[in-house]
Amino acid sequence: MPKDHGIGASQKRREDVRFLTGAGNYTDDINVHGQAYVHFLRSDMAHGKINSIDTSAAEGMPGVVRIFTGKDFEGVGGLPCGWQVTDKNGDPMKEPPHPVLAQGKVRHVGDPIAAVVADSLEQARTAAEAIVVDIEELPAVVDMAKALQSGATKVHDDLADNLCYDWQFGTDTATTDAAFKNAAHVTTLELVNNRLVANPMEPRVAVGDYSRANDEHTLYTTSQNPHVIRLLMGAFVLGIPEHKLRVVAPDVGGGFGTKIFHYAEEAFCTFAAKACNRPVKWTSTRSEAFMSDAHGRDHVTKIELALDADNNFLAVRTDTLANMGAYLSTFSSSVPTWLHGTLMAGNYKTPAVQVNVKAVFTNTVPVDAYRGAGRPEATFQLERVIDKAARELGVDPIALRRQNFITQFPYATPVAVEYDTGDYEATMAKMEELMDIPGFAARRAESEKNGKLRGLGVNCFIEACGIAPSNLVGQLGARAGLYDAATVRVNATGSISVMVGAHSHGQGHETVFPQVVAEMLGIDESMVDIVHGDTSKIPFGMGTYGSRSLAVCGSAMVRATEKIINKAKKIAGHLLEASDSDIELKDGKFTVAGTDKSVAWGDVTLAAYVPHNYPLEEIEPGLEETAFYDPANFTYPAGAYACEVEVDPDTGKVTIEKFVSADDFGNVVNPMIVEGQVHGGIAQGIGQALLENCAYDENGQLLSASYMDYAMPRADDIPHMANYVVDHSCQTPCTHNPLGVKGCGEAGAIGSPPTVVNAVIDALHSGGHTHVNHIDMPVSPSRVWAAINGQ
Amino acid sequence: MQMTDSRTIAATPEEVWAAILDPEVLKQCVPGCTEMSGSAEEGFEATVVQKVGPVKATFQGTVVLSDMVPGESLTLTGEGKGGAAGFAKGGADVKLKAVEGGTELHYDVEAKVGGKLAQLGSRIIDGFAKKMADQFFTNFQSVVEGPQDAEGDAPDEGGDGEGKKKGWFKKLVS
Repeated sequence: MPKDHGIGASQKRREDVRFLTGAGNYTDDINVHGQAYVHFLRSDMAHGKINSIDTSAAEGMPGVVRIFTGKDFEGVGGLPCGWQVTDKNGDPMKEPPHPVLAQGKVRHVGDPIAAVVADSLEQARTAAEAIVVDIEELPAVVDMAKALQSGATKVHDDLADNLCYDWQFGTDTATTDAAFKNAAHVTTLELVNNRLVANPMEPRVAVGDYSRANDEHTLYTTSQNPHVIRLLMGAFVLGIPEHKLRVVAPDVGGGFGTKIFHYAEEAFCTFAAKACNRPVKWTSTRSEAFMSDAHGRDHVTKIELALDADNNFLAVRTDTLANMGAYLSTFSSSVPTWLHGTLMAGNYKTPAVQVNVKAVFTNTVPVDAYRGAGRPEATFQLERVIDKAARELGVDPIALRRQNFITQFPYATPVAVEYDTGDYEATMAKMEELMDIPGFAARRAESEKNGKLRGLGVNCFIEACGIAPSNLVGQLGARAGLYDAATVRVNATGSISVMVGAHSHGQGHETVFPQVVAEMLGIDESMVDIVHGDTSKIPFGMGTYGSRSLAVCGSAMVRATEKIINKAKKIAGHLLEASDSDIELKDGKFTVAGTDKSVAWGDVTLAAYVPHNYPLEEIEPGLEETAFYDPANFTYPAGAYACEVEVDPDTGKVTIEKFVSADDFGNVVNPMIVEGQVHGGIAQGIGQALLENCAYDENGQLLSASYMDYAMPRADDIPHMANYVVDHSCQTPCTHNPLGVKGCGEAGAIGSPPTVVNAVIDALHSGGHTHVNHIDMPVSPSRVWAAINGQ
Repeated sequence: MQMTDSRTIAATPEEVWAAILDPEVLKQCVPGCTEMSGSAEEGFEATVVQKVGPVKATFQGTVVLSDMVPGESLTLTGEGKGGAAGFAKGGADVKLKAVEGGTELHYDVEAKVGGKLAQLGSRIIDGFAKKMADQFFTNFQSVVEGPQDAEGDAPDEGGDGEGKKKGWFKKLVS
């Protein structure tokens, strides 16, 4: 019997009541009395020198409150980068300034040049048209390889070139080279991990407010981590101390990573609210989102895999160019390095793994974490090269993977991380069962009868989630700790508010977190609510990204609840005239072990707040506890994915006929929500594999900046639900957090792109198109058709 | 994008040359042009209203003539700013050659767009630029040669695009 409450129950999402009835409270729903509106005048050139900005005509226009340019921000800091990467020579990465409004130069299409604050948005827009900007266009660098050539135009004049860092990691060169020299077979693959735009349903919004009465700032913003924004903006940009700055991230309509970062518009609205002595609101249009939200991925990679004569993996070596865009976004530097290089061992016991990454500045929108962040890049190249190797060697791709699986845990990889637990054989076997691999030949024959080519693609992945021990990430260059915090506030009548540092923007925390607390206390979930997204209400929090909410913040909540239980047992012991060590908590009742003497949860909580009969000399009244939790390691969700595609050889159109995921997320609190997360993640991965591409022309003009040109996945791009099977029954619980959970938010987006591409290549080979070894994503009809026809 | 084409105009190279330098002629020929001032020596300033796919804008622009070899060749370089719509810039190398029946006008055109025009209109911009160039030189041919038949409208002064289109279309099918 499935559970109907507590941990393991598929509780319906309580937040959906407001989301599905239009009763959510998103940042754009927040209007502060007297607010003005800002419109940003953005560069339509990719690169240029600002000769002059004449705002005089615009300033006199109706409704204009004030016009700001880069000059107004000369006295404040730039937008900081949160992770300092050290290159292979021991030098720090190049960290050019990132002004709130452009100073001296514009460096990408969308770079804000000026900001008009006016009584209405229309007035602000109209006035912006009257600003006369004299910009001398400079040649733009877009292609990473060209950007690194000597003599290339420099994005930042003060730097020697466009190289941010040259990073090397893992096995030393001599050992790696020796492994390749001794290899019986080497497979090489060059590929592109396409540039993506996250496109959360809700565009970004910021509302700045300032109170002269008490010198307090409030920023309402679409953020995945309000405390991080408070820290970055307060300490580094505007110099506002924490106690004078409140950051609120209310309901947020999807983030996918792109709402982690601290953006110029947030700092602007906070700054301008004080400068204008009026609340200032900005709501991104979808067009603005395409050129101001941090983009994702954009890697160009060469990967080599060395195998011995028995097909055992000997070594992996990668060489990647990673696009940083024009400026370093908040966590941009960590994505191609620590979130990517550390995963290059995959699920395999390859003894030598060496990762080389050059990060490059270009005249494009900054690139940063996007669902999976570094791990999809690692998985895609490794699983594609393994598939190519299997084809070259004429061996079964499943068998080749199986033969090289890590089977002993804990396992220390050559790329610094130690996998605590896992069972890759179990997820592979589960995937084979759900996919009905033996039936594939018959399904292929059926497709061929209809003139279609059918392919089967498989893929394994591992990810490092729940980032991670603060002392470790500190050594690696993170400028933050990566713990999280929770306060459990038990009210007098026994109801509970849990203030959590994690932020929910689609993950279902409001449903899942109470399931854990209710299970621990044996009370009904309806007695527990979580509070999140407001720095004035919650103790602290590093926010939600990297599938960390339950593994890190959930663990803090467990620790705080344990403190509550300990204190409540003392109160119960007093009420029951027994030693607290003899008190047991079960089903919401405190019982003296071995007796029928008990006291209810609500009587204990009431005693804590009405301490008439209470051990005041031993413990304080009240029942509220806070815990900070810093994990001992990453968590390592892993899985085996498979999909079957049909390719129409006449048109190149690919359709996904069936998709199966067998994931190991450790323990699962709410299976339905986990399945929803994986369904969504796979859909996003299918989007990357088949449809999405952010395109620039050679002049740095952004070409795909609307849904006419940027193809998001739609319902009919994913298989029918009956053929869209997500399974999480293989469970090796995480060994180092109290819930044994690993995180499920990114898995689908990590595991699916190589699965799809592997399947397409398999289909083409079955049709005799054996010259096609790779097609870069998105595997669009035109690219497939061109590959088939050798063009 | 780049394109190359040529057409034969029933006029002498000298007449064609004079027409190219005349702001009134240019105003009649640039599709959507509502204002044109200046001179061949100092350059022209123009206002052009155009719609590219979903983006409609008024472009304030300049046209500069250079590399002028009277009666033989010149280069037109233009740049238009459309405010929130972005910008368009381009150039045309024009060569004139006396041929039987008039003058062969040969042109190499290069066009670039930026900002919202590129973001929303990139799929249609090549076709649009080709259409603009074709229209310009068709208009030019018509202005230089004069009306072909009784009903053949000279381009009207107000720059009424619809009226113009009908006029040219009639001529094409007549």
